[in-house]
Amino acid sequence: MINLKMNKNPMPEQEPQVRARNFKEVSEGYTPEMAINEAMRCLKCRTRPCTTGCPVQVNIPEFVAEVSKGEFEAAYQIISKTSALPRICGRVCPQETQCEGKCVRGIKGEPVSIGRLERFVADWHAENGYEEAAVCEYEDAERAAEGKGKKVAVVGAGPAGLTCAGDLAAKGYAVTVYESLHKPGGVLAYGIPEFRLPKAIVDAEVAKLEKKGVTFINNAIIGRAETVDELLDLEGFDAVFVGTGAGLPTFMSSPGENLLGVCSANEYLTRINLMKGYLDEYDTPVPKAKNIAVIGGGNVAMDASRCAMRMGADKVYVVYRRSMDEIPARKEEIHHAIEEGVDFRLLCNPVRVLGNEEGYVTGLECVRMELGEPDASGRRRPVEIQDSNFVLDVDCVIMAIGTKLNTLILDTTENLEANAKGGIGTDDGAATNREGVYAGGDAVTGAATVILAMGAGKTAAASIDEYLK
Amino acid sequence: MYKIVKKRVLNKNMTWLVVDAPMVARKAKPGQFIILRTDEYGERIPLTMAGHDAEAGTIDLIYAAVGRTTMLMNQLEEGDYLLDVVGPLGKPTEMEGLKKVCVVGGGTGNALAYPLATGMHDHGIEVDMIAGFKSKEHVILEDEFRAGTDNLYITTDDGSYGEAGFTTEKLKELIEAGNEYDEIVAVGPPMMMKFTCQIAAQYGIKSVASLTAYMVDGTGMCGGCRCVVGGENKFVCVDGPEFDGALVDWDELIKRNSYYKEVEEDQRAHVCRLTGGVRYHD
Repeated sequence: MINLKMNKNPMPEQEPQVRARNFKEVSEGYTPEMAINEAMRCLKCRTRPCTTGCPVQVNIPEFVAEVSKGEFEAAYQIISKTSALPRICGRVCPQETQCEGKCVRGIKGEPVSIGRLERFVADWHAENGYEEAAVCEYEDAERAAEGKGKKVAVVGAGPAGLTCAGDLAAKGYAVTVYESLHKPGGVLAYGIPEFRLPKAIVDAEVAKLEKKGVTFINNAIIGRAETVDELLDLEGFDAVFVGTGAGLPTFMSSPGENLLGVCSANEYLTRINLMKGYLDEYDTPVPKAKNIAVIGGGNVAMDASRCAMRMGADKVYVVYRRSMDEIPARKEEIHHAIEEGVDFRLLCNPVRVLGNEEGYVTGLECVRMELGEPDASGRRRPVEIQDSNFVLDVDCVIMAIGTKLNTLILDTTENLEANAKGGIGTDDGAATNREGVYAGGDAVTGAATVILAMGAGKTAAASIDEYLK
Repeated sequence: MYKIVKKRVLNKNMTWLVVDAPMVARKAKPGQFIILRTDEYGERIPLTMAGHDAEAGTIDLIYAAVGRTTMLMNQLEEGDYLLDVVGPLGKPTEMEGLKKVCVVGGGTGNALAYPLATGMHDHGIEVDMIAGFKSKEHVILEDEFRAGTDNLYITTDDGSYGEAGFTTEKLKELIEAGNEYDEIVAVGPPMMMKFTCQIAAQYGIKSVASLTAYMVDGTGMCGGCRCVVGGENKFVCVDGPEFDGALVDWDELIKRNSYYKEVEEDQRAHVCRLTGGVRYHD
């Protein structure tokens, strides 16, 4: 039986006014009944367009079919064949531009809520304590034996590194993951807030990898404590995967941006998420402000503005220079932010940060913008409206306007070549110009999404397996 | 976990720890720093290494107990552990082409000046060391400086030890006396570094200052440690910590380093009054 309802089953959520002041997860997840009902919306179409939209090639129609029968563990086994981190993907993937964006049901009405189903299945599996079974499609005893004795180093324990490590461990390789911070997870640990991705889930995924034999070494900065060349030549690794992430925050180079109360979204989010600044028992200071302006329109800006609400700000603005049509953040994040009371100031561009004599922020001067001709990116270029300057009364400004690539690995690895963007250069198989050295994720592409990084980690694991076989 | 293998109390403010951190010790160079965390609830704080022993796998940390983290560190004894130590971070001190330098240390900054001065000396550079302190009871590392540099000049603000007066006056005196320095290195409170670098500029001598700033990750990701050098934003953690002293915007740096002062004062009071330094939820 196909459920012909045009709309998705809504996701149970905490009330906006309540959740805007706590760090508990916003979305509470489907019940088994909701999941079955939603799964029955799948038409089981022959063309299976949804699968082409998934960077890690989850067999979506098959797992959805199992959900519709109430066979949740069977569904989990299908997902986990190709996805190392389904509890995370179900929460943070931009499904609307991937699997769900291709769903036939989306032509008239809403697509099947594949993301919510993935999340439900992975949570159900974790909560019902099923033993971890085979996690990778390649895994069998013979292959595992082939991999044995060969060592792979993974640099960076973010989504790309964790995925790569998981796939390689399943193939029998001895994998060691080096992480520069004191906790694995990368952006999953320091960037994405608790209310969107509970840290217990990240910890559990890492523990799962440890159980599969992956070794984690935290507080290890490759490029400083040890170089990629040393990992290959001295430590005896047969291959290295570099997934070191996006790197250095960008500032606007406009006046006042070093005033007290101006910080990068990276800093703000790290203090809150990794360093648990929102909990009283932690020492981490977090900029406490009454009125906060977050500059930028991406997912990071949404995370920062929603954290600011939860840290107790009276007023939180998102200042973005284009309109709602061009804003790059996920619709769901924008919707949640608006519900929680974040005030969007669109078609506004910051001119300078204003401060008092002691150097503290007292306001953000902005200018109004209008959209002109399309630029190189195809989006209409924002143009300043003359004499339309105004001041937002804020005492804290958070910059969420992107990152520059960190060059530490390129600078410290012999003859490693960069790509045109300044990231680490790779071919389609994630191989760099150096034999045995692979790279993927934001370190290659510049800031992108968790799932694209995971896709790159997966590609790299397959290439490394091919190389070491 | 990083074991404290030796603890030496230098005076009532300053402590010297030798910490087991083989991965850091193997590559450490003078001028580089580490970030540490005492326990799960603690902050990540940067500390310049006072030395290292690659063979023994240990690093040396000398610190003044001025903030919550360093006060908590004072509660730890030999055999106890720091939860996290990461490094080496930052660029090492540049020594190429230098023949003679003057290192000027101010107060607790002398702990950080020590590895620079002795490191340069070991590199074959002639090193004059001016170590300034408030008074006699604050003097640290006198024997170490004497052994590890060519000439040591100790000054105290109140004249209770060494020569009376500020390091800046001594520096002027040494330059006027005809010492030809290729470089002046300033390590200490920002105000002291500012004036030291100004004097260097007056005499047309290059100056280098080792900056400290708030930072979280130490790898360039947070940007909290940004400072203006030569009109451009630089990150202390990856572009520094040493910069051309003539180009640093000192007044801004001094302001930026005061951002969390209120929180810190509150934390300090909390450590002292309520817990005697011991974390209540342990």
